[in-house]
Amino acid sequence: MAAEVAIDITKTFPGRAPISAVLNYPLQQATALVLFGPSGSGKTTVLRCIAGLEWPERGHIRFISRTWLDTRAGIHVAPQLRQIGYMAQDYALFPTYTVAGNIAYGLTALSAAERKKRVDELTDLFQLRGFESASPRELSGGQQQRVALARAVAPRPQLLLLDEPLSALDVPTRMQLRGELRTLLKRLAVPSMIVTHDWAETLTLGDVVAVMGEGQVLQVGPPQDVFCRPVNAEVAQIVGVETVIEGHVVEESNGLATVRVNGTLLKGLGGYEIGSPVFVCIRAEDVVLEQSGTGLTSARNHLNGKVSEIVPHGVMVHVKIDCGFPLMAMVTRGAQEELRIELGSPVVAVIKAGAVHLVPRN
Amino acid sequence: MNWTAIWVTCKLASLTSVALLIIGLPIAYWLTFSKWRWKFLIESIVALPLVLPPTVLGFYILVAIGPHSPLGRLYSDVVGQTLPFSFQGLLVASILYSLPFAVQPFATAFAQVDRKLIEASWTLGLSKAKTFFKLIMPLSAAGLITGAVLSFAHTLGEFGVVLMVGGNIEGVTRTISIDIYDDVQALNYGAAANTALFLLMVSYAVLLLIYAMNRKVWTVWPQK
Repeated sequence: MAAEVAIDITKTFPGRAPISAVLNYPLQQATALVLFGPSGSGKTTVLRCIAGLEWPERGHIRFISRTWLDTRAGIHVAPQLRQIGYMAQDYALFPTYTVAGNIAYGLTALSAAERKKRVDELTDLFQLRGFESASPRELSGGQQQRVALARAVAPRPQLLLLDEPLSALDVPTRMQLRGELRTLLKRLAVPSMIVTHDWAETLTLGDVVAVMGEGQVLQVGPPQDVFCRPVNAEVAQIVGVETVIEGHVVEESNGLATVRVNGTLLKGLGGYEIGSPVFVCIRAEDVVLEQSGTGLTSARNHLNGKVSEIVPHGVMVHVKIDCGFPLMAMVTRGAQEELRIELGSPVVAVIKAGAVHLVPRN
Repeated sequence: MNWTAIWVTCKLASLTSVALLIIGLPIAYWLTFSKWRWKFLIESIVALPLVLPPTVLGFYILVAIGPHSPLGRLYSDVVGQTLPFSFQGLLVASILYSLPFAVQPFATAFAQVDRKLIEASWTLGLSKAKTFFKLIMPLSAAGLITGAVLSFAHTLGEFGVVLMVGGNIEGVTRTISIDIYDDVQALNYGAAANTALFLLMVSYAVLLLIYAMNRKVWTVWPQK
């Protein structure tokens, strides 16, 4: 049987629209699936159902060859028996245990010596040396997150479930840990499911993304595909970033990075190492179109291109521009007429460096 | 002072506290975590001793453990003694009489344990029983001690139930409160005053212990 995750569940909470999620995807060794969507879209509920903490009233959950839930056959495997690592949004560290005690908590099946060895291993891997006998409350947010993750992976789970793993952190720490978390997940070689409402986290962490809205899985696919080619307007609106393209940092000075995308150079914010691969993310609404380059503006990016597609969208028009890479822009109908934007007509796309978001991608 | 009465009372109160730790914990756990819709029926029964006059409670216990009830017959068949007007009978009555004083603090402490911590324990592979002993009990320590100490203190001062079920047998069922009553009846005010002062001081010390301990718990784990 092919390694696969198959989920089809319905869960209703009183007074709320039912959550019915259908989600199938193949699983390689350490595939990270990101459940992405706005708050209230049911991501956390789906994750909790997979953990066995919520009981859906209908459906099935299969993980590789094991059935965790099948309401028709009356199968409901308890969370204790699913061999999962689950990390709640606020980490849920045990206040009555030390850092080492928290990490060792799930290792009840091991002998004392083996347990100590495993805890040592993890305190090294998660850079928690020196904090073994600290109480969780004495730690910073980033350290608490690492303890929670170490505790979750300690019993060597088959699947890691992370609910908003970075949202409890302040912004600088979050940016820093985003990349670290991806490296760590790959190093642990354990498949994971990650809930987030942050598109940058989705792009950094996900191998597969499932976009959720109003209790349903709307689209499943590689992050770049889903972001650039949303299947419908709802997904497009949730994602909100119309251009996602791979590039490499070629120059960096004072927090301003120059990125090469298919031969075109773009300036964006962020201190990244030269040569590091990034996703360049641009919202269509941040792109200003000019008829021809009159020259000086405060914006750092002026891209010459040709209009390759025009899609009306209410009072707005989505314009795809080929400027070495496909770039989506959004203008009003009035602006379209005034600028005489037609298929094939030359335009200059102007983008401020601050609107060129660079997301690291290892 | 009647040291025999003090000894009987302390023995009774200690055994009641220990018994309530054993009996009260599962009841409190069930009351906290059960999702049964008719749970409030049991909650009300547990709380009954709070409102019933001790004489009413004592009367029913007396009837229930008496030689004419199945329970009383079973006990006398097995042990060869009868329960009413014995120390064992008095212990049974004390346990029932102090039940809410133990179960309610236990249940309150359990309910305050963050659900997410319990779920984290489950996903780490620990059964519900192991989660109870390794996580819920340590987190509820203050509530458990409060319940045990409150039921001890409550048993120290019980009067009506003792009179109904235990009678007034020197060295067996004569407790401090009954000793004071006897002294007053005999116009022996001096002895009554001494014993009353003793009971007052012990009760105050016990409550001091609970409140001081709860404060200490807060300073050890400051709420963030």
